[in-house]
Amino acid sequence: MADLAVRVGPFGLRNPFLLASGIWGESGESLAGAWAAGAGGVITKSIGREPRLGYPNPTIETYSDWGLLNAMGLPNPGIVEYPREVAIARAAGAAVIGSVFAGDAGEFARLSALMAETGVLAIELNLSCPHAEGFGTEVGSDPADVEEIVRAVVREVKVPVIAKITPNSPDPASLAAAAEKGGAAAVSAINTLRALAIDVRLRRPVLAHGLGGLSGPAIKPVGLACVWQIYERVSVPVIGVGGISTADDALEYLMAGARAVEVGTAVTHGGVGVFGRLAADLSARLDELGYASVSDVVGIAHPREE
Amino acid sequence: MRTVVEVTQRVLETPSTVTLRFPYAPASEPGQFVMVWFPGDDELPMSLSYTDGVSKGITVKGMGVTSRNVQRIQAGNQIGIRGPYGNRFDLSPRRVLVVGGGSGSAVLAPAAELAAARGTRLTVALGATQASELLFRDRFERMGARVEVATDDGSEGTKGYVTTVAEQLLSTEPFDAVWTCGPEVMMQKVAIAAGTPGVPVFCSVERHMKCALGMCDACALGPVHVCVDGPVFPAERLLPLPEFARSHRDPSGRRVTFGAR
Repeated sequence: MADLAVRVGPFGLRNPFLLASGIWGESGESLAGAWAAGAGGVITKSIGREPRLGYPNPTIETYSDWGLLNAMGLPNPGIVEYPREVAIARAAGAAVIGSVFAGDAGEFARLSALMAETGVLAIELNLSCPHAEGFGTEVGSDPADVEEIVRAVVREVKVPVIAKITPNSPDPASLAAAAEKGGAAAVSAINTLRALAIDVRLRRPVLAHGLGGLSGPAIKPVGLACVWQIYERVSVPVIGVGGISTADDALEYLMAGARAVEVGTAVTHGGVGVFGRLAADLSARLDELGYASVSDVVGIAHPREE
Repeated sequence: MRTVVEVTQRVLETPSTVTLRFPYAPASEPGQFVMVWFPGDDELPMSLSYTDGVSKGITVKGMGVTSRNVQRIQAGNQIGIRGPYGNRFDLSPRRVLVVGGGSGSAVLAPAAELAAARGTRLTVALGATQASELLFRDRFERMGARVEVATDDGSEGTKGYVTTVAEQLLSTEPFDAVWTCGPEVMMQKVAIAAGTPGVPVFCSVERHMKCALGMCDACALGPVHVCVDGPVFPAERLLPLPEFARSHRDPSGRRVTFGAR
């Protein structure tokens, strides 16, 4: 049985599979459920200063099995009410990472401080939601902004800070490098790809917000390329995200350089039981390939100096 | 993927409740719901009130802004449908008590219809604010069901809550199952009343929904997600949940007490 425990810089996880932000993270009971199902850790919904309803429906467009388009619009109960949800998840023993979104460095720092007080293991900064005006990608596309935001948060909190990088930019690796320079303990990549669906009969976008973000198997190759390039550029740990639904998907990310991975859309297709299955399958696959632990495969697809 | 369909028929069921019929081929079972997109407005989870064959139907009470807008939809208008989603009522029990409050009959009627066709003996307790608001009363009677009524204003049947009627029936007659849909406080009372004779109760639960795929958490109710684990739940799964009959979540995920504004 290969060892699934991983270290992501300053913190450890029982296995590399994290519940991605935005999935199941609005309620503490759901976070606890994902933990009970075998996730290595759970990441909360992105939380902002005020309660936010998100966009009206339709917020989702489904495709056969290769992807999912969403524009939820960062719905969340706000940082004042959210600590009770973290408390419920922590009471169940879950390793919780708190995700926050904000419009500028100062607000990121204040929110992160409040999130840190809930006892989360780490904070993930949402610098990459592709469809929220004034947030996400809009504040996370310029390396200078990313560095400033990360630096402001790192100054404010003691827990490790993870910067979630957007793929909707010409050079995600430079954004990761900026996050590292700002003091990030790790970077995660990628968020969803900006995308659109149109109903031809009604001659209008399907999603109420128009633009959304694409997730699921279709974006795996894009996420892999980002992780690959980021791994070559930075020395902090990378968390891989995008289209992971099987142990081999995860192995690809690990071999590209990720130390852990986030799983989101696969929960829609396989239910939360996907976490237990992924962990068991990864362990078996590592055994089969002759590796004793997850850390033995991190980055090994990169060219070796012979 | 959504299918855009044309509404073929609009039926005013009660002064506040409208049925829309539309062609939608995918097979569905009583208890399941579809996500209905009203272009330019919203997309809402709606139990199918007609589940058989190609001509499906939804039945909507004009409560919120959107459901009032829905009621303005006319035959010929286009709506988008995805689904069906969720689980179904188990139609095998032989003697069923159906307890419907307000628009709850929308999901109960197709279940009762199919069960009746298979020989199930049906007793229906229907509740509404007033006699004219009793939903699908004729439809239940056409299935051969015995229908007992309660109205808030006493304009027909027992004056007061339908739970009084249900409690009376449960204490005097044998049933193999209870199917109920309506306000959660009502379903809670029915479940407690059925506990004494030990009749299993199945409740159809409503929550705000966004994805309907078990992902976004909008419909989280304790540890369950109404869209994929429900919407039909055995009462014993709901009764221990602190949120059941007490609170739901608004679209931001904030916990909101029922009845609070």
